[in-house]
This record gives sequence, C-alpha cells and structure tokens, in this order.
Amino acid sequence: MLSFVARRIVIAIPTVILISIFVFGLQKLLPGDPILAMAGEDRDPETIAFLREKYRMNDPVWVQYATWIKGVVTGDLGISLRTNQPVTELIAQKLPVTIQLALMALVFALVIGIPAGILSAVKKGTITDYIANVVALSGLSIPNFWLGIMLILLVAVKWQALPASGYVPPGEDLWLSLKTMLMPAFVLGTALAATLMRHTRSAMLGVLKSDYVRTARAKGLAERRVILKHAFRNALTPIVTLTALLFGELIAGAVLTEQIFTIPGFGKLVVDAVFNRDYAVVQGIVLVTAMGFIVMNILADAAYFVLNPRLRKQ
Amino acid sequence: MMAQPATPATLKPQLMTDPVLQKRPENRVWKKFRSHRSAMLGGLLVGLFVLMAVFAPILPIPDPTATDWGAVRQAPSAAHWLGTDEIGRDVLSRLVWGAQASLLAGVISVGIAVAFGVPLGILAGYFGGWTDGIISRCTEALLAVPFLILAIALAAFLGPSLTNAMIAIGLSATPVFVRLTRGQVISVKAEDFVEGAHAIGLSTPKILSRYIFPNILPPVLVQATLTIATAIIAEASLSFLGLGQQPPAPSWGSMLNTAKNFLSQAPWMAMWPGIAIFLVVLGFNLLGDGLRDALDPREH
Repeated sequence: MLSFVARRIVIAIPTVILISIFVFGLQKLLPGDPILAMAGEDRDPETIAFLREKYRMNDPVWVQYATWIKGVVTGDLGISLRTNQPVTELIAQKLPVTIQLALMALVFALVIGIPAGILSAVKKGTITDYIANVVALSGLSIPNFWLGIMLILLVAVKWQALPASGYVPPGEDLWLSLKTMLMPAFVLGTALAATLMRHTRSAMLGVLKSDYVRTARAKGLAERRVILKHAFRNALTPIVTLTALLFGELIAGAVLTEQIFTIPGFGKLVVDAVFNRDYAVVQGIVLVTAMGFIVMNILADAAYFVLNPRLRKQ
Repeated sequence: MMAQPATPATLKPQLMTDPVLQKRPENRVWKKFRSHRSAMLGGLLVGLFVLMAVFAPILPIPDPTATDWGAVRQAPSAAHWLGTDEIGRDVLSRLVWGAQASLLAGVISVGIAVAFGVPLGILAGYFGGWTDGIISRCTEALLAVPFLILAIALAAFLGPSLTNAMIAIGLSATPVFVRLTRGQVISVKAEDFVEGAHAIGLSTPKILSRYIFPNILPPVLVQATLTIATAIIAEASLSFLGLGQQPPAPSWGSMLNTAKNFLSQAPWMAMWPGIAIFLVVLGFNLLGDGLRDALDPREH
C-alpha cells in the first residue's frame, strides 16, 4: 500500500513541475506593466525602480522562476500587491470557508446522486429511470449560478426562510453557520449530484450484469441485499475514483457560488484578485487548486487500492 | 482478414466489404439519429437558437444597447415582451443578441480546442515515445487545473473580453481532446487496415489523413458537441464574473450579473437569460448524447 502510494507520488512529480512552470509563465502573459500600475499616476522613476527591485523584475526569467519556486517550496507564494499580506496567509484564511461549503455540497451530492443512480440502474427502462435521467440532464444543463439566483429570489426574498447571503463561521454560531451555508451548498451540490448520478448509474448497470450478482440472486438472497451488498459494494470503486475527480468541478462551482451568495472564501478571493490585478494571489490559487487536484487523485488511487482487494496482492 | 497480399487495389475492396461500412454509414447513422427523439429535440433547440442569433439584425426588435430612462425596470408588457432592464433596455432584444455571443463563444472555443487538441493527440498517439511523453505530461498538468479556474486565470492575465474568454475556454478544453484523440489513435493504429497501409508503403501523412483521421472523427464530433455545452456555460460564467463579454454588448452571463442586484425589484431580468442558457445547453447535451448513440458502431 505504502509503496503503491509512493509510486504514485513519484509519477506526479513531473506534472507538478510542469504546473509550476505554467503558473509562473502566466504572469508573462500580462498585457500591461503591473509595476507601472502600482507606481500610481505620477510614475516616479525612483518608485518604479524600487518596485522593480522589490518584485525582482530586473532578473532574467529563469532566475525569477528559481526564486519563485524556492519560495513556493517553503510555503511562500509571494505577497499580495493589493493587501500587502502574504498570499499563503490569505489563502489559509479563506480556505476553511470554501472547505465548509464544499463538504456540505458534497453531502448533498452524495445523498441525492448515489441513491438516484442506484434506483435508476435497478429500474432501468422504467419511468423512474426516465425521470431520473431527465432530472440529471437538466441538472447538468442548468448554470448553477442561475439556480442560485432563482433560489435567493424564492427562498430568501419571497419566503424569507433563509439568509440570502453572507457567512458565519461555525465556531461563532454553528446553527446559524449551517443555516447560511444551506442554500449555497444545495446549489453547488445539485450540480455535482447530476454527474454523480450518471456515474453511479453506469457503474451499477455494469455490475448488475455480472455473474456474481446472478449467483447471489440464484442463492435466493433478498433483492435489497443483492443490490446493496453485492452490486453496490463493487460499483463503489469507480464511483469513489470519479468523486475524487469531481474536485475540479467542486472548486469551479464554489467560485461562482461564493460570488452569488457573497461568501468570503477561496472563490471570492480569486475573483477579487483578478479585478485588482493581484496576480500573485491568482497564481497562488491556481497552484494550490492544481496541487489539491493531484493530492485528490493520489487519495482516490489509494482508496481504489483499499476498496479492491485484488490489487493488494500484486 | 488480410488473406491476399495488400496492394492499394485490394485494400479498398476489402474495406468496402466490411459489414459496418457496407450499409452506407451515413444512412445508418442518420436513420438512428432520426429515431432518437431526445436527440431530435436537442437539434431543434440548437437550431432555434442558431436562427435567433443569425437573424437578430433583421428581427423587429429594438436596439439591444438603446437605453430608455423613461422605461427603467419595467415588467413584461406589450411594448417590452420580457420587460426592460435597469437602464431601460429591452430584455428580449438583449436576449436575442446575447445568443450570438453565447453560440460564438461555444463554437469558437471548441474550434480552438479541436484545432490544437486533435493534432497533438494524433502526434502523441501515432508516434508514441518521447513525443507522447511530452504531450501527455503537459496534458496532465493542464488537466490538474479546474476548467473554470484555468479560464479565470487566463482571462485575468490576458485581460477581460469576449475574445480572450473564448481563447481561455478553448485552451482549457484542449487537454480533453488531446486525451481522447490519443486514445482513439492508439486503438485505430493497431487495426489491420492501418498495418496493411504501412505494408504497402503509404507515407505517414497519407496514412494519417486517409485511415486514422476518418476513424477518430466520430468520437471527436460527439465530444465537441458536448464540449460546446460546457463552453457556453463557461462563457456565461466568465461573463457573469465580469471576465467575458464587456458592457454594453449583450451577453446572457453579464445580464445575470446585473440582474442579481435587482432581484426583488425586477425578477424578470434574472429569469430569461438563465432559461436561455439552460435551453441551449440542454440542446447541445441532448444532441451530443444522441450523436453518441447514433455513431456508436457497437450498437447497430
């Protein structure tokens, strides 16, 4: 198991290096000169020279990359041009908010997506299957920021049942925190539930055709037991892997969801950074999400290993 | 299959006796597609929006950027079927013109992704070795950055505009096509007819264009259709964030962005752009699913 994970980590190294080069290269795409923008209206040459030195703009590109990557490895992602705070600190501040949103959304996605997928696979070709598929396809086609806006209109403006926006840390008031996050998490969760439902359905359909499911039925086991114990346990492996791959969708969805519900998380940070041309923050966020994706992939492989005993023998 | 020595003359007849090809593939695919009700619905939806976008200039609707301070945030009426926005512009007219931005963004960005992704995928799959190594590692690196984050980052560094949003979405979607094409090429390369073409000494460009390319086309087409759906949502998302189409030019995403500030006063402003995005995206998704079923040779 450990050697398996270690091997996966080694394989990921070239990818990580390429990502770092790409993220670093982003700033070279910049149309204007950020230093000129920072120097303000009068563009005092001394200020410009000072700023260039401070942000190491005078060094050759590869030296700039080396300095940058040395910082990244030690956890220094640079300094926000806007707030003068270290980027690592900013991200560390906002990350818990987004993690709370993402976890709550994942709960919605799993609770809706997996049972719907199992049901539609078991009842393949019936009206239940048909309805589940139509709902899933609609879920995939609805832009989740629009769904968010419509929910605000209905739940917060019309019924006044839930707060329309904002964020309360769970440490401050757990109940209010969950209440404020409920609508955003639902919006983000339903988008993922549709994908998850489709994956679960196709994984279950594959497993339901297998010999051991037929054997289990032939033995006279209760249908419930056949489906949950024999079929679902085996369909779980691809579902877990695919859930890990949903990480990207979860983060992307969080950016929009946080924007609609004005939640001060990771996504809001990146959007604000874009408008403030705070490119150290944008770079830091791209890097952190990419690393998160790679870690999730390695974890998914490890889970695959745990869930599939056949792999362990090799 | 290769009983007799393969020459260009014998190779062609052999291909023609393939049971799949014999049935006039175009007819078979079209027949299957036509019997697929949801795919036809998808086609209809897409067609409707294409007509709307194409005929926007000659439709009897007001100028989408014309403001009317006497008719600010008016509810739907006979004069303005879908109401007016916060500076008195006709919502219906902006919706119709917005279709242009959305469809253009979908088609052009997927065009970019296909134009880069397919050749790179062919190179990686056909030549293997270090070419494949380099291309595949780069693809993996790009795939690790979530689609929207990458698009946001690129749009941020290239500057916000519809063109840059299309470039950003196109580049973000490229890795998917590289992967797909590479996988397809590897499996087609192992087929007897490609080996035969090799044996009779056809040049690599000829093999690629005559034997590999036509065979990888169907899955690429399906993926392209489904990616247009994703790209339209991505463009709407970027415009919603203010990183796509810039005001006053109409786009569904930016209409929603302003609408969210007037939710309680003018809910109609938020309603229609969302429905439009939903319908056109649903159309492309249905079309893609239908094409996949129709083009799948395993299920005929």
